[in-house]
Amino acid sequence: MGVEVLSMSTDSRFVHKIWQEQELSKMVEGGVPFPMLSDAGGRIGAIYGVYDEAAGVDIRGRFIIDPDFVIRAMEVLTPEVGRNPDELIRQIKAFQHVRNTGEVTPSGWQVGQVTLKPGPGLVGKVWEVWKP
Amino acid sequence: MAELKDGCVQPARGPLLPEEEAGEAYGGRKLSGGVGMIARVGKPAPDFEATAFVRDYGFKPVKLSDYKGQWIVLCFYPGDFTFV
Repeated sequence: MGVEVLSMSTDSRFVHKIWQEQELSKMVEGGVPFPMLSDAGGRIGAIYGVYDEAAGVDIRGRFIIDPDFVIRAMEVLTPEVGRNPDELIRQIKAFQHVRNTGEVTPSGWQVGQVTLKPGPGLVGKVWEVWKP
Repeated sequence: MAELKDGCVQPARGPLLPEEEAGEAYGGRKLSGGVGMIARVGKPAPDFEATAFVRDYGFKPVKLSDYKGQWIVLCFYPGDFTFV
């Protein structure tokens, strides 16, 4: 899909290294391949709206940024619930499709399903082309 | 890029906010003083530089804008060695 992943927490780069070596490498063969960034002090998390000052950590925030450096999607969860990578991948594929074709994708769209071509002719006719 | 000669304290530059362009690029909100949330869908991603650990490499500073021109997924999480 051609996507660069960056992870970030308030842990230091030293902690990231030991986490990779001691735990992640036992969950993912060879360890995670993406850069593990340190947001000491939460200054970066603050401008992304994910820094919890009371807890002193960045909560679970995920941002999709397109090649023009524009944020396309964000999802922020409190820490107790993990994310769904399938939905992340679905959204990236949909944004890539939109960027490549100018078409738009209806609710729950998956690759290969019908897309919509915005224009006057489609007004009031979505029901004819999209039958979920 | 050569690996950092690493001491215990490596200043991370953190948010890289263009003060002059900020007004326009980030929807006209002033950034001086206490900077709040800037990230918005449909708006440019706020740039930053952070120190990082990279597999098979070691430690190095990473700027978000190093990846400009590619699709990027930026994931924040509460902490290493936690449960979820």
